[in-house]
Amino acid sequence: MTTMIQVENATKSFTMSYQRSLKQIVLAKARGRKTHDVFNAVDDVSFTVQEGESIGLMGLNGSGKSTLLKLVSGVMRPDAGSVLTRGRIAGLIATGAGFDPQLSGRDNLFLNAAILGMSRAETLRKFDEIVDFADLGKFLDTEVAYYSSGMKARLGFAVAINVDADIFIADEALAVGDRPFKRKCKRRMDEIVASGVTMFYVSHAPGSVRNLCSRVLVLDHGKLAFDGDVDEGIAFLEYNDDDDERGRGNADDGLGADI
Amino acid sequence: MTSTPTGATVKRRSTPAELEALPLIPPAATGLAEVVRRRYLLRMLVGNTIQSRYQGTVLGWVWSYLQPAIRFCLFYFLFQVMIGRGAGMENFAVHLFAGMVIVHFFTETFNGGTQSLIQNRSLITKLPVPLEMFPVSRMLVAAWHTIPMLAILLFVCVLLGWVPDVVGVAAALLGFTLTALLGLALGLVFSVANVFMRDFGKVAQTLTQFVTFSVPMMYPYTLVQDRFGEPVASYYLFNPLAEAVLLIQRGFWTGTTSDPAYTEGIHLPDHLFTRGLIMTMVALVCVVLAQRLFSRLESRVPERL
Repeated sequence: MTTMIQVENATKSFTMSYQRSLKQIVLAKARGRKTHDVFNAVDDVSFTVQEGESIGLMGLNGSGKSTLLKLVSGVMRPDAGSVLTRGRIAGLIATGAGFDPQLSGRDNLFLNAAILGMSRAETLRKFDEIVDFADLGKFLDTEVAYYSSGMKARLGFAVAINVDADIFIADEALAVGDRPFKRKCKRRMDEIVASGVTMFYVSHAPGSVRNLCSRVLVLDHGKLAFDGDVDEGIAFLEYNDDDDERGRGNADDGLGADI
Repeated sequence: MTSTPTGATVKRRSTPAELEALPLIPPAATGLAEVVRRRYLLRMLVGNTIQSRYQGTVLGWVWSYLQPAIRFCLFYFLFQVMIGRGAGMENFAVHLFAGMVIVHFFTETFNGGTQSLIQNRSLITKLPVPLEMFPVSRMLVAAWHTIPMLAILLFVCVLLGWVPDVVGVAAALLGFTLTALLGLALGLVFSVANVFMRDFGKVAQTLTQFVTFSVPMMYPYTLVQDRFGEPVASYYLFNPLAEAVLLIQRGFWTGTTSDPAYTEGIHLPDHLFTRGLIMTMVALVCVVLAQRLFSRLESRVPERL
């Protein structure tokens, strides 16, 4: 088995500045207040993912899921420890990020594909499939500024989901769109897992994690609290929910409030 | 459409054997080399920025020629016809416009580069892209926008009987290279600094205002020597942009005058090329240093944007 993701003692800390201007900083210092705070969004996390595994990353809001996802996708780099990956990473993260509203859907399709690491030849080869999936009809050559939010999301999804990847990352919080489109995405994700591509899936929904994943990681305040069997992981998380924050955990389901 | 299968063409990108051959590396590569490797994306970013500038206009790219052409006519009328500045200097409008081409190229590279990371915030905070891509693309956009100005400058020069000479073309090329390298180095440093302190954006704007007046464009280099004498004139020449503008003047303006050799002797300093070459080398070193600084700071950029 080949190791696809290797995270060793990864730590990512953020600095919260309470003041920004010189005047505010001086005043705060004079009054003996804190000018900034440092906290670890991801705290000494270690795990490895083997080829073909499908990982569900779970945790409450603010537990560091998004930050860990950004470390794995390469948007952020760890302050300590290391994050190593193998092959091309793609997936449903920030679909549609980098869209230029002044350009047509077609131009944005090519731009987005290039941002996700596709070459021109690869984009051309996948073009029909992407257009089919996005189902924009004659709006393909309209400027994206005039798209409805659903259309924009569909185009972003269609590009992202058609990038051939070695590691596929998905953030469920982004699952927008109407029901038929959601189903189509769901089916597509199943196909990806079935094809043996390594999957890294962030979700609050136990159902879809149970369905897609073979292993669960649970983050709690930036630390890896659980690593193992899917059902046990879900039980572990729900146990925490019962304890104090049940309402919050459930309300997040499918809302996509995780930023 | 909605109920049909999604095509079932999901393919693994690499076979298990291929995967094993791939290295286990940090997920996002950075650096100027990575920008070169992903030049397809770079080309697309540059192309889209250029394309979206005249989006929605009827004349489209014609504007990019119309605007500098009108500007040149304005200068010509103001300085040559109205004020009659041509007394001591032949073709003052060309002198002014040639300087403006360089200054414009530099300011757009510098200011555009400074804002480039902040303007692409939504992309940078979500997807892994080598961040150097953005200052570099702004430099290329600026270079592209310089072409129409250069075309108009050439057109006017030819009208005035200018004949290209090898030395002049070399001077112009050196001038542009120096400006590009300098603009890129400053763009890299200021773009990343601007993320941490937005004050740097203001500093960049202020600096560019200085540039307009610190180069021999609205006045001849001789004026500096006449008014301030020796030590100051030498210090003046330490300004790499003044050097770049002088090189451009050698490339275009002196050739349009009735006796180019005479004009060169009077209005251009000695050792023009030696100084230009040394400054280009220094600018190249600056780009390398700027890239070093950039890569040290960039790991904290996504969270600070």
